[in-house]
Amino acid sequence: MADDTPMISMQHVDKTLGGRKVLDDMSIDVARGEALVIVGGSGVGKSVTLKHIIGLMKPDRGSVIIDGEDIGAMKPVELNRFRRKFGMSFQEGALFDSMSVFENIAFPLRRHTKYTEKQIHERVDECLDLVHLPGVSSKRPSELSGGMRRRVGFARAISLKPQILLFDEPTTGLDPVISDVIAELIVEMDRTLNTTTVTITHDMKVAFKIADRVAMLYKGRIVEEGTPEVFQQSTNPIVQQFIEGRAEGPLTE
Amino acid sequence: MNLLERIGRVFLRLFEETGLWFGMLGRTFLWTFRPPFEGGEWLRQMVRVGVDSIPVVFLTTMFTGMVMALQTYIGFHRVHAENFVGSVVGLAMLRELSPVLVGLMVTGRVGSSMAAEIGTMRVTEQLDALEALATDPVQYLFVPRVIAGIVMLPLLTILGDALGVGGGYLVGVKLMGANPVVYQQNTYQFLHMNDVWSGLIKSAFFGLILTLTGCVRGYYTSGGAEGVGRATTAAVVSASLIILFTDFFLTKLLF
Repeated sequence: MADDTPMISMQHVDKTLGGRKVLDDMSIDVARGEALVIVGGSGVGKSVTLKHIIGLMKPDRGSVIIDGEDIGAMKPVELNRFRRKFGMSFQEGALFDSMSVFENIAFPLRRHTKYTEKQIHERVDECLDLVHLPGVSSKRPSELSGGMRRRVGFARAISLKPQILLFDEPTTGLDPVISDVIAELIVEMDRTLNTTTVTITHDMKVAFKIADRVAMLYKGRIVEEGTPEVFQQSTNPIVQQFIEGRAEGPLTE
Repeated sequence: MNLLERIGRVFLRLFEETGLWFGMLGRTFLWTFRPPFEGGEWLRQMVRVGVDSIPVVFLTTMFTGMVMALQTYIGFHRVHAENFVGSVVGLAMLRELSPVLVGLMVTGRVGSSMAAEIGTMRVTEQLDALEALATDPVQYLFVPRVIAGIVMLPLLTILGDALGVGGGYLVGVKLMGANPVVYQQNTYQFLHMNDVWSGLIKSAFFGLILTLTGCVRGYYTSGGAEGVGRATTAAVVSASLIILFTDFFLTKLLF
Protein backbone atom coordinates (compact mmCIF):
# COMPACT_ATOMS: atom_id res chain seq x y z
CA MET A 1 0.00 0.00 0.00
CA ALA A 2 1.30 3.45 -0.86
CA ASP A 3 2.49 5.32 2.17
CA ASP A 4 0.84 8.57 1.23
CA THR A 5 -2.72 7.31 1.81
CA PRO A 6 -3.95 8.80 5.06
CA MET A 7 -4.09 6.54 8.12
CA ILE A 8 -7.32 8.17 9.27
CA SER A 9 -9.75 9.88 6.96
CA MET A 10 -13.06 11.34 8.13
CA GLN A 11 -15.17 12.56 5.24
CA HIS A 12 -18.28 14.76 5.59
CA VAL A 13 -19.38 13.19 8.87
CA ASP A 14 -22.66 14.27 10.42
CA LYS A 15 -23.74 13.12 13.85
CA THR A 16 -26.82 14.14 15.80
CA LEU A 17 -27.01 13.24 19.48
CA GLY A 18 -30.04 13.96 21.63
CA GLY A 19 -31.51 16.24 18.94
CA ARG A 20 -28.33 18.35 18.67
CA LYS A 21 -26.08 18.25 15.64
CA VAL A 22 -22.69 17.57 17.25
CA LEU A 23 -20.69 16.95 14.07
CA ASP A 24 -21.69 18.92 11.00
CA ASP A 25 -19.95 17.98 7.76
CA MET A 26 -16.73 17.25 9.63
CA SER A 27 -13.76 16.25 7.46
CA ILE A 28 -10.16 15.62 8.43
CA ASP A 29 -7.26 13.43 7.29
CA VAL A 30 -4.37 12.22 9.42
CA ALA A 31 -1.22 11.04 7.65
CA ARG A 32 0.75 7.96 8.72
CA GLY A 33 2.99 8.76 11.64
CA GLU A 34 1.51 12.21 12.10
CA ALA A 35 0.61 13.67 15.48
CA LEU A 36 -2.64 15.58 15.17
CA VAL A 37 -4.09 17.60 18.01
CA ILE A 38 -7.71 18.68 17.87
CA VAL A 39 -8.51 21.63 20.11
CA GLY A 40 -11.80 23.30 20.91
CA GLY A 41 -14.07 24.33 23.76
CA SER A 42 -16.32 22.07 25.77
CA GLY A 43 -19.16 20.41 23.89
CA VAL A 44 -17.97 21.17 20.35
CA GLY A 45 -17.70 17.48 19.47
CA LYS A 46 -14.09 16.64 20.32
CA SER A 47 -14.82 13.42 22.20
CA VAL A 48 -17.46 12.47 19.65
CA THR A 49 -14.84 12.84 16.90
CA LEU A 50 -12.50 10.48 18.73
CA LYS A 51 -15.30 7.99 19.31
CA HIS A 52 -16.01 7.99 15.58
CA ILE A 53 -12.39 7.25 14.75
CA ILE A 54 -12.35 4.15 16.93
CA GLY A 55 -15.86 3.12 15.92
CA LEU A 56 -17.55 3.53 19.31
CA MET A 57 -20.01 5.73 17.41
CA LYS A 58 -21.16 5.46 13.82
CA PRO A 59 -21.69 8.48 11.59
CA ASP A 60 -25.24 9.40 10.53
CA ARG A 61 -23.78 10.49 7.21
CA GLY A 62 -20.31 10.45 5.71
CA SER A 63 -17.54 7.93 6.24
CA VAL A 64 -14.63 7.13 8.52
CA ILE A 65 -11.81 5.33 6.70
CA ILE A 66 -9.02 3.84 8.80
CA ASP A 67 -5.99 2.40 6.99
CA GLY A 68 -8.08 2.12 3.82
CA GLU A 69 -11.08 0.41 5.43
CA ASP A 70 -14.48 1.93 6.10
CA ILE A 71 -15.15 1.15 9.76
CA GLY A 72 -18.71 2.47 9.61
CA ALA A 73 -19.62 -0.46 7.36
CA MET A 74 -18.04 -3.14 9.55
CA LYS A 75 -19.95 -5.82 11.41
CA PRO A 76 -19.43 -5.83 15.21
CA VAL A 77 -17.15 -8.89 15.12
CA GLU A 78 -15.03 -7.45 12.31
CA LEU A 79 -14.84 -4.12 14.09
CA ASN A 80 -13.77 -5.87 17.27
CA ARG A 81 -10.84 -7.48 15.45
CA PHE A 82 -9.96 -4.22 13.70
CA ARG A 83 -9.81 -2.37 17.02
CA ARG A 84 -6.51 -4.07 17.85
CA LYS A 85 -4.91 -1.46 15.58
CA PHE A 86 -5.91 1.15 18.17
CA GLY A 87 -4.83 2.15 21.60
CA MET A 88 -7.02 4.64 23.37
CA SER A 89 -6.47 6.57 26.56
CA PHE A 90 -9.55 7.90 28.32
CA GLN A 91 -10.15 11.10 30.26
CA GLU A 92 -9.91 9.73 33.77
CA GLY A 93 -7.92 6.69 32.67
CA ALA A 94 -11.01 4.42 32.70
CA LEU A 95 -8.98 1.70 34.39
CA PHE A 96 -10.93 -1.39 35.42
CA ASP A 97 -11.22 -0.77 39.14
CA SER A 98 -11.93 -4.41 39.90
CA MET A 99 -8.41 -5.32 38.76
CA SER A 100 -4.86 -4.45 39.77
CA VAL A 101 -2.63 -2.31 37.56
CA PHE A 102 -0.95 -5.46 36.29
CA GLU A 103 -4.26 -7.12 35.40
CA ASN A 104 -5.39 -3.95 33.63
CA ILE A 105 -2.39 -3.90 31.33
CA ALA A 106 -2.39 -7.68 30.92
CA PHE A 107 -6.11 -7.70 30.02
CA PRO A 108 -5.72 -7.08 26.26
CA LEU A 109 -2.65 -9.34 26.12
CA ARG A 110 -4.51 -12.25 27.69
CA ARG A 111 -7.45 -11.83 25.36
CA HIS A 112 -5.74 -11.12 22.07
CA THR A 113 -2.34 -12.77 22.16
CA LYS A 114 -1.04 -16.27 22.81
CA TYR A 115 1.63 -14.94 25.19
CA THR A 116 2.74 -17.19 28.02
CA GLU A 117 2.45 -15.89 31.57
CA LYS A 118 6.16 -15.02 31.48
CA GLN A 119 5.84 -13.07 28.23
CA ILE A 120 2.84 -11.21 29.64
CA HIS A 121 4.85 -10.19 32.71
CA GLU A 122 7.69 -9.00 30.50
CA ARG A 123 5.40 -6.99 28.25
CA VAL A 124 3.57 -5.37 31.20
CA ASP A 125 6.89 -4.34 32.76
CA GLU A 126 8.05 -3.02 29.38
CA CYS A 127 4.89 -0.91 29.03
CA LEU A 128 5.17 0.43 32.58
CA ASP A 129 8.81 1.36 31.89
CA LEU A 130 7.76 3.21 28.75
CA VAL A 131 5.44 5.43 30.81
CA HIS A 132 8.11 5.76 33.55
CA LEU A 133 6.03 4.07 36.18
CA PRO A 134 7.86 0.91 37.24
CA GLY A 135 6.90 -1.02 40.35
CA VAL A 136 3.21 -0.17 40.63
CA SER A 137 1.85 -3.32 39.05
CA SER A 138 0.39 -4.76 42.26
CA LYS A 139 -1.45 -1.54 43.19
CA ARG A 140 -5.20 -0.99 42.71
CA PRO A 141 -6.27 1.91 40.45
CA SER A 142 -7.90 3.64 43.46
CA GLU A 143 -4.49 3.86 45.16
CA LEU A 144 -2.97 5.92 42.32
CA SER A 145 -2.93 9.68 41.76
CA GLY A 146 -4.65 11.22 38.75
CA GLY A 147 -1.43 11.53 36.77
CA MET A 148 -0.40 7.96 37.54
CA ARG A 149 -3.82 6.65 36.50
CA ARG A 150 -3.44 8.46 33.19
CA ARG A 151 -0.04 6.85 32.68
CA VAL A 152 -1.30 3.37 33.51
CA GLY A 153 -4.05 4.07 30.96
CA PHE A 154 -1.33 4.85 28.41
CA ALA A 155 0.52 1.65 29.30
CA ARG A 156 -2.67 -0.36 28.78
CA ALA A 157 -3.32 1.42 25.47
CA ILE A 158 0.11 0.57 24.05
CA SER A 159 0.33 -3.01 25.29
CA LEU A 160 -0.87 -4.52 22.00
CA LYS A 161 1.57 -2.33 20.01
CA PRO A 162 -1.12 -0.34 18.20
CA GLN A 163 -0.54 1.63 15.01
CA ILE A 164 -2.89 4.41 16.11
CA LEU A 165 -2.97 6.06 19.54
CA LEU A 166 -5.89 8.19 20.65
CA PHE A 167 -5.73 10.47 23.68
CA ASP A 168 -8.92 11.92 25.11
CA GLU A 169 -8.10 15.01 27.21
CA PRO A 170 -4.85 13.52 28.56
CA THR A 171 -4.11 16.40 30.94
CA THR A 172 -7.53 17.57 32.13
CA GLY A 173 -7.63 17.86 35.91
CA LEU A 174 -3.86 17.65 36.37
CA ASP A 175 -1.60 20.38 37.71
CA PRO A 176 0.57 22.31 35.19
CA VAL A 177 3.77 20.44 36.00
CA ILE A 178 2.23 16.98 35.70
CA SER A 179 0.46 18.16 32.53
CA ASP A 180 3.82 18.99 31.04
CA VAL A 181 5.24 15.62 32.10
CA ILE A 182 2.30 13.88 30.43
CA ALA A 183 2.72 15.96 27.27
CA GLU A 184 6.39 15.05 27.09
CA LEU A 185 5.52 11.43 27.62
CA ILE A 186 3.09 11.53 24.69
CA VAL A 187 5.80 13.02 22.45
CA GLU A 188 8.24 10.36 23.59
CA MET A 189 5.77 7.51 23.08
CA ASP A 190 4.85 8.82 19.65
CA ARG A 191 8.51 8.89 18.70
CA THR A 192 9.59 5.53 20.12
CA LEU A 193 6.52 3.62 19.00
CA ASN A 194 6.26 5.32 15.63
CA THR A 195 2.47 5.61 15.77
CA THR A 196 -0.15 7.87 14.29
CA THR A 197 -1.67 9.83 17.17
CA VAL A 198 -4.78 11.91 17.60
CA THR A 199 -5.06 13.91 20.80
CA ILE A 200 -7.95 16.10 21.85
CA THR A 201 -7.43 18.76 24.44
CA HIS A 202 -8.34 22.32 25.35
CA ASP A 203 -4.89 22.99 26.81
CA MET A 204 -3.04 25.01 24.15
CA LYS A 205 0.35 24.57 25.82
CA VAL A 206 -0.01 20.80 25.61
CA ALA A 207 -1.32 21.06 22.07
CA PHE A 208 1.64 23.04 20.77
CA LYS A 209 4.05 20.72 22.51
CA ILE A 210 2.88 17.45 21.01
CA ALA A 211 1.39 18.45 17.66
CA ASP A 212 2.77 18.09 14.15
CA ARG A 213 -0.48 19.74 13.17
CA VAL A 214 -3.20 21.47 15.19
CA ALA A 215 -6.84 21.61 14.14
CA MET A 216 -9.56 23.67 15.75
CA LEU A 217 -13.03 22.21 16.05
CA TYR A 218 -15.92 24.63 16.33
CA LYS A 219 -19.63 23.91 15.97
CA GLY A 220 -19.04 20.40 14.66
CA ARG A 221 -16.44 21.13 11.97
CA ILE A 222 -12.80 22.05 11.55
CA VAL A 223 -12.46 25.81 11.21
CA GLU A 224 -8.66 26.09 11.13
CA GLU A 225 -5.69 23.77 10.83
CA GLY A 226 -1.96 23.97 10.38
CA THR A 227 1.41 23.39 12.00
CA PRO A 228 1.69 24.87 15.49
CA GLU A 229 3.55 27.91 14.06
CA VAL A 230 0.96 28.54 11.36
CA PHE A 231 -1.89 27.90 13.76
CA GLN A 232 -0.55 30.41 16.26
CA GLN A 233 -0.36 33.08 13.55
CA SER A 234 -3.93 32.43 12.37
CA THR A 235 -6.00 35.53 11.81
CA ASN A 236 -9.22 33.65 12.43
CA PRO A 237 -10.87 35.49 15.35
CA ILE A 238 -12.25 32.20 16.76
CA VAL A 239 -8.76 30.72 16.92
CA GLN A 240 -7.24 33.87 18.38
CA GLN A 241 -9.83 34.09 21.10
CA PHE A 242 -9.28 30.44 22.02
CA ILE A 243 -5.48 30.67 22.10
CA GLU A 244 -5.56 33.79 24.22
CA GLY A 245 -8.40 32.50 26.40
CA ARG A 246 -10.38 35.74 26.27
CA ALA A 247 -13.97 35.95 27.53
CA GLU A 248 -15.05 38.28 24.70
CA GLY A 249 -15.11 37.26 21.08
CA PRO A 250 -16.93 35.17 18.48
CA LEU A 251 -16.76 32.00 20.65
CA THR A 252 -18.85 33.46 23.43
CA GLU A 253 -21.33 35.44 21.35
CA MET B 1 -48.58 18.34 27.47
CA ASN B 2 -52.03 16.83 27.41
CA LEU B 3 -53.10 13.51 28.87
CA LEU B 4 -53.03 11.56 25.61
CA GLU B 5 -49.52 12.73 24.85
CA ARG B 6 -48.40 11.62 28.26
CA ILE B 7 -49.97 8.18 27.90
CA GLY B 8 -48.42 7.88 24.44
CA ARG B 9 -45.03 8.78 25.79
CA VAL B 10 -45.23 6.17 28.55
CA PHE B 11 -46.12 3.47 26.04
CA LEU B 12 -43.42 4.53 23.60
CA ARG B 13 -40.84 4.25 26.37
CA LEU B 14 -42.20 0.89 27.40
CA PHE B 15 -41.93 -0.40 23.83
CA GLU B 16 -38.47 1.06 23.43
CA GLU B 17 -37.21 -0.58 26.61
CA THR B 18 -38.81 -3.90 25.71
CA GLY B 19 -37.04 -3.68 22.37
CA LEU B 20 -33.69 -2.94 23.99
CA TRP B 21 -34.16 -5.84 26.40
CA PHE B 22 -34.88 -8.38 23.69
CA GLY B 23 -32.13 -6.95 21.50
CA MET B 24 -29.65 -7.54 24.30
CA LEU B 25 -31.09 -11.01 24.89
CA GLY B 26 -30.26 -11.83 21.27
CA ARG B 27 -26.75 -10.38 21.49
CA THR B 28 -26.08 -12.25 24.72
CA PHE B 29 -27.24 -15.48 23.11
CA LEU B 30 -24.99 -15.00 20.07
CA TRP B 31 -21.91 -14.09 22.09
CA THR B 32 -22.40 -17.11 24.39
CA PHE B 33 -21.16 -19.42 21.65
CA ARG B 34 -18.26 -17.33 20.41
CA PRO B 35 -14.71 -17.71 21.73
CA PRO B 36 -12.89 -16.63 23.79
CA PHE B 37 -14.83 -18.21 26.65
CA GLU B 38 -14.42 -16.57 30.02
CA GLY B 39 -14.19 -19.70 32.17
CA GLY B 40 -12.85 -17.94 35.24
CA GLU B 41 -15.37 -15.17 34.96
CA TRP B 42 -18.24 -17.67 34.60
CA LEU B 43 -17.19 -19.36 37.84
CA ARG B 44 -16.75 -16.07 39.68
CA GLN B 45 -20.26 -15.00 38.74
CA MET B 46 -21.70 -18.37 39.72
CA VAL B 47 -20.19 -17.97 43.17
CA ARG B 48 -21.59 -14.45 43.36
CA VAL B 49 -25.11 -15.40 42.25
CA GLY B 50 -25.30 -18.83 43.83
CA VAL B 51 -23.00 -19.49 46.75
CA ASP B 52 -23.14 -15.97 48.17
CA SER B 53 -26.95 -16.02 48.08
CA ILE B 54 -27.28 -19.15 50.21
CA PRO B 55 -27.74 -17.35 53.57
CA VAL B 56 -30.53 -15.15 52.20
CA VAL B 57 -32.25 -18.09 50.51
CA PHE B 58 -31.84 -20.17 53.65
CA LEU B 59 -33.63 -17.68 55.91
CA THR B 60 -36.32 -16.67 53.44
CA THR B 61 -37.48 -20.09 52.38
CA MET B 62 -37.21 -21.75 55.75
CA PHE B 63 -39.26 -19.11 57.51
CA THR B 64 -41.78 -19.07 54.67
CA GLY B 65 -42.19 -22.83 55.03
CA MET B 66 -42.62 -22.41 58.76
CA VAL B 67 -45.19 -19.66 58.53
CA MET B 68 -47.04 -21.54 55.78
CA ALA B 69 -47.37 -24.53 58.10
CA LEU B 70 -48.49 -22.33 60.95
CA GLN B 71 -51.13 -20.49 58.92
CA THR B 72 -52.54 -23.52 57.15
CA TYR B 73 -52.65 -25.41 60.44
CA ILE B 74 -54.72 -22.63 62.01
CA GLY B 75 -57.07 -22.58 59.03
CA PHE B 76 -57.31 -26.32 58.48
CA HIS B 77 -57.83 -26.95 62.18
CA ARG B 78 -61.23 -25.24 61.88
CA VAL B 79 -62.39 -27.84 59.37
CA HIS B 80 -60.48 -30.71 60.97
CA ALA B 81 -58.19 -31.18 58.00
CA GLU B 82 -54.87 -30.84 59.89
CA ASN B 83 -53.56 -33.91 58.07
CA PHE B 84 -53.23 -31.97 54.85
CA VAL B 85 -50.94 -29.25 56.17
CA GLY B 86 -47.88 -31.13 54.89
CA SER B 87 -49.33 -31.51 51.39
CA VAL B 88 -50.25 -27.85 51.14
CA VAL B 89 -46.86 -26.63 52.33
CA GLY B 90 -45.04 -29.01 49.98
CA LEU B 91 -47.11 -28.08 46.94
CA ALA B 92 -46.95 -24.36 47.60
CA MET B 93 -43.21 -24.33 48.23
CA LEU B 94 -42.18 -26.48 45.29
CA ARG B 95 -44.51 -25.08 42.68
CA GLU B 96 -44.62 -21.43 43.59
CA LEU B 97 -43.07 -19.97 46.71
CA SER B 98 -39.55 -21.28 46.49
CA PRO B 99 -38.88 -20.27 42.85
CA VAL B 100 -40.56 -16.86 43.16
CA LEU B 101 -39.12 -15.93 46.54
CA VAL B 102 -35.65 -17.04 45.53
CA GLY B 103 -36.04 -15.05 42.29
CA LEU B 104 -37.11 -11.90 44.10
CA MET B 105 -34.49 -12.17 46.84
CA VAL B 106 -31.67 -12.73 44.36
CA THR B 107 -32.99 -9.83 42.28
CA GLY B 108 -32.61 -7.56 45.29
CA ARG B 109 -29.20 -8.94 46.14
CA VAL B 110 -27.55 -9.59 42.80
CA GLY B 111 -29.62 -7.89 40.07
CA SER B 112 -29.19 -4.55 41.81
CA SER B 113 -25.46 -4.95 42.28
CA MET B 114 -25.00 -5.91 38.63
CA ALA B 115 -26.83 -2.77 37.53
CA ALA B 116 -24.75 -0.63 39.88
CA GLU B 117 -21.49 -2.26 38.80
CA ILE B 118 -22.06 -2.02 35.05
CA GLY B 119 -23.67 1.41 35.43
CA THR B 120 -20.55 2.69 37.20
CA MET B 121 -18.43 1.21 34.43
CA ARG B 122 -20.57 3.13 31.94
CA VAL B 123 -20.25 6.53 33.63
CA THR B 124 -16.49 6.12 34.21
CA GLU B 125 -15.97 5.12 30.53
CA GLN B 126 -14.82 1.62 31.49
CA LEU B 127 -17.33 0.15 29.02
CA ASP B 128 -15.87 2.30 26.24
CA ALA B 129 -12.41 1.20 27.37
CA LEU B 130 -13.47 -2.44 27.07
CA GLU B 131 -14.61 -1.86 23.51
CA ALA B 132 -11.45 0.08 22.72
CA LEU B 133 -9.51 -2.97 23.91
CA ALA B 134 -11.37 -5.02 21.28
CA THR B 135 -13.62 -6.69 23.86
CA ASP B 136 -17.38 -6.69 23.48
CA PRO B 137 -18.99 -5.72 26.82
CA VAL B 138 -21.89 -8.08 26.13
CA GLN B 139 -19.51 -10.98 25.77
CA TYR B 140 -17.28 -10.09 28.67
CA LEU B 141 -19.89 -8.83 31.16
CA PHE B 142 -23.36 -10.04 30.16
CA VAL B 143 -22.70 -13.65 29.16
CA PRO B 144 -21.03 -14.85 32.40
CA ARG B 145 -23.68 -13.13 34.52
CA VAL B 146 -26.66 -14.43 32.59
CA ILE B 147 -25.26 -17.96 32.46
CA ALA B 148 -24.66 -17.80 36.21
CA GLY B 149 -28.29 -16.76 36.72
CA ILE B 150 -29.70 -19.55 34.56
CA VAL B 151 -27.55 -22.22 36.21
CA MET B 152 -27.62 -21.10 39.84
CA LEU B 153 -31.26 -20.10 40.35
CA PRO B 154 -32.60 -23.67 39.89
CA LEU B 155 -29.95 -24.91 42.33
CA LEU B 156 -30.92 -22.29 44.89
CA THR B 157 -34.55 -23.25 44.32
CA ILE B 158 -33.82 -26.90 45.10
CA LEU B 159 -32.25 -25.74 48.34
CA GLY B 160 -35.27 -23.54 48.98
CA ASP B 161 -37.63 -26.48 48.33
CA ALA B 162 -35.88 -28.61 50.89
CA LEU B 163 -35.66 -25.86 53.50
CA GLY B 164 -39.27 -24.80 53.03
CA VAL B 165 -40.59 -28.32 53.39
CA GLY B 166 -38.22 -28.86 56.33
CA GLY B 167 -39.37 -25.67 58.03
CA GLY B 168 -42.97 -26.73 57.60
CA TYR B 169 -42.18 -30.11 59.10
CA LEU B 170 -40.54 -28.50 62.13
CA VAL B 171 -43.56 -26.34 62.87
CA GLY B 172 -46.13 -29.02 62.07
CA VAL B 173 -44.49 -31.76 64.10
CA LYS B 174 -42.56 -30.02 66.87
CA LEU B 175 -44.82 -27.04 67.46
CA MET B 176 -48.29 -28.25 66.49
CA GLY B 177 -47.72 -31.81 67.56
CA ALA B 178 -48.64 -33.55 64.31
CA ASN B 179 -47.60 -37.19 63.97
CA PRO B 180 -44.21 -37.16 62.21
CA VAL B 181 -44.92 -40.24 60.10
CA VAL B 182 -48.35 -39.06 59.01
CA TYR B 183 -47.06 -35.57 58.28
CA GLN B 184 -44.29 -36.94 56.04
CA GLN B 185 -46.62 -39.32 54.28
CA ASN B 186 -49.04 -36.52 53.54
CA THR B 187 -46.25 -34.29 52.31
CA TYR B 188 -45.13 -36.75 49.65
CA GLN B 189 -48.44 -38.38 48.86
CA PHE B 190 -49.78 -35.67 46.58
CA LEU B 191 -46.50 -34.49 45.08
CA HIS B 192 -45.52 -35.34 41.52
CA MET B 193 -42.11 -34.95 39.93
CA ASN B 194 -43.84 -32.49 37.65
CA ASP B 195 -44.24 -30.09 40.60
CA VAL B 196 -40.49 -30.05 41.14
CA TRP B 197 -39.69 -29.61 37.44
CA SER B 198 -42.15 -26.78 36.88
CA GLY B 199 -40.61 -24.87 39.77
CA LEU B 200 -37.08 -25.43 38.48
CA ILE B 201 -37.90 -24.42 34.91
CA LYS B 202 -39.53 -21.27 36.19
CA SER B 203 -36.54 -20.42 38.32
CA ALA B 204 -34.17 -20.78 35.36
CA PHE B 205 -36.28 -18.18 33.54
CA PHE B 206 -36.20 -15.94 36.62
CA GLY B 207 -32.40 -16.27 36.70
CA LEU B 208 -32.21 -15.12 33.10
CA ILE B 209 -34.62 -12.24 33.73
CA LEU B 210 -32.98 -10.82 36.83
CA THR B 211 -29.40 -10.97 35.56
CA LEU B 212 -30.17 -9.66 32.08
CA THR B 213 -32.34 -6.84 33.45
CA GLY B 214 -29.56 -5.84 35.84
CA CYS B 215 -27.00 -5.85 33.03
CA VAL B 216 -29.21 -3.98 30.54
CA ARG B 217 -30.17 -1.30 33.08
CA GLY B 218 -26.51 -0.82 33.94
CA TYR B 219 -25.46 -0.75 30.29
CA TYR B 220 -27.87 2.07 29.39
CA THR B 221 -27.02 4.17 32.44
CA SER B 222 -26.46 7.87 31.86
CA GLY B 223 -25.96 10.85 34.11
CA GLY B 224 -23.28 10.16 36.68
CA ALA B 225 -23.80 8.92 40.23
CA GLU B 226 -27.49 9.82 40.17
CA GLY B 227 -27.91 7.81 37.00
CA VAL B 228 -26.30 4.77 38.61
CA GLY B 229 -28.75 5.07 41.51
CA ARG B 230 -31.67 5.28 39.11
CA ALA B 231 -30.43 2.29 37.12
CA THR B 232 -30.11 0.21 40.28
CA THR B 233 -33.64 0.98 41.44
CA ALA B 234 -35.03 0.46 37.96
CA ALA B 235 -33.27 -2.90 37.68
CA VAL B 236 -34.87 -4.21 40.88
CA VAL B 237 -38.33 -2.83 40.15
CA SER B 238 -38.53 -3.96 36.55
CA ALA B 239 -36.93 -7.36 37.16
CA SER B 240 -39.35 -8.03 40.04
CA LEU B 241 -42.32 -7.02 37.94
CA ILE B 242 -41.22 -9.11 34.97
CA ILE B 243 -40.67 -12.09 37.28
CA LEU B 244 -44.17 -11.86 38.78
CA PHE B 245 -45.65 -11.33 35.34
CA THR B 246 -43.90 -14.25 33.65
CA ASP B 247 -44.57 -16.40 36.72
CA PHE B 248 -48.27 -16.37 35.93
CA PHE B 249 -47.85 -17.21 32.26
CA LEU B 250 -45.21 -19.87 32.84
CA THR B 251 -47.40 -21.51 35.48
CA LYS B 252 -50.32 -21.51 33.05
CA LEU B 253 -48.08 -22.96 30.35
CA LEU B 254 -46.28 -25.56 32.45
CA PHE B 255 -49.43 -26.41 34.43
